[in-house]
Amino acid sequence: MNDYRADLHIHSVLSPCGDLDMSPRNIISHAVEKQIDILGITDHNSTRHGPLMRRLGKEKGIFVLTGAEVTTREEVHCLAFFETDRQLHLFQEFLDASLIPFRNDPQRFGHQVVVDENDNILDEVENLLVYAIDRDIDQVEEMVHSLGGLFIPAHINRGINSLISQLGFVPEGIKADALEISRHTGKKEFLGDNPYLSDFTFLQNSDAHFPGDIGRVFSMFRMEEASFNEIKMALAGKNGRRVVLP
Amino acid sequence: MTVADIVKELGLKVFSGEDNLHANVAGGYVSDLLSDVMGNAAEGMIWITLQTHRNVTAVASLKDLAAIILVKGLVPDNDMADQAAREGIPVLGTGMQAFDVAGKLHNLLNRE
Repeated sequence: MNDYRADLHIHSVLSPCGDLDMSPRNIISHAVEKQIDILGITDHNSTRHGPLMRRLGKEKGIFVLTGAEVTTREEVHCLAFFETDRQLHLFQEFLDASLIPFRNDPQRFGHQVVVDENDNILDEVENLLVYAIDRDIDQVEEMVHSLGGLFIPAHINRGINSLISQLGFVPEGIKADALEISRHTGKKEFLGDNPYLSDFTFLQNSDAHFPGDIGRVFSMFRMEEASFNEIKMALAGKNGRRVVLP
Repeated sequence: MTVADIVKELGLKVFSGEDNLHANVAGGYVSDLLSDVMGNAAEGMIWITLQTHRNVTAVASLKDLAAIILVKGLVPDNDMADQAAREGIPVLGTGMQAFDVAGKLHNLLNRE
């Protein structure tokens, strides 16, 4: 088994709140500097930088887990990850069909641009991406799992846009592959306040919106190789694979 | 004033808890953040919300609320309806938005 340093919650320039320096190329170069082995690309309600990030990461020896940070109807942020471009595409179609039409005001919310490997702007997304989609958390979970993806409620300790802030507590029977906590707490501290969650696998990620925040906190994956299937096994604690929070 | 009186006065739909409408209503609370309701709503209140997740009934039960009013014609999710029916928690519904139903409820409770 090997240890892989993973930061699975990163916003690119496609997220309105993502810094303009968060181009896929720049994210990968900062991740190399921070010795990140596995990086998750999770723009708000969009998967569109996934395929490019995966290719650029591969060139530098970084495994990129492609997905999005979905805002559910309850305004709960959840990470969703997919292995293939086909799954990403199908999930993007689901997001496009569920987004509430509201035009982005770049002066107020920030730009939402798709760029290429040389930071050239290819497209600007007109619909504001940070708002809630018109699907509830159970519908999002079902869609993610029906496509073979991973479903992880984000920064659940936070006072805004978290499973706990919006729905009071983690619902019984939720089919989450893991729960994410933000850099503002630790697993031990969080479980001290929430002992009912001790059976879950926990992740801690940076939720970086600026290059300097990439890898600020991370999760350690103990597994055979950096692949989607190994990550899935580690999250489930199967076959000796596991996630350790430093 | 009981939950049954309020159902009648405001023309509310009763989704569940038909047998538990006799409780006295101590006041109202309007919020869509369940963490906020857990922290701030008090026993015997009617909770006005647009949330339809099953955690709503769990929070109402935990806080001993008198009833839940779903606004804007929303109906409980299947899981929420099941849980509310099982536990006999009054889940009520209205086509009004929160501001309007809260205003009317406030007037009713102050009339007493």
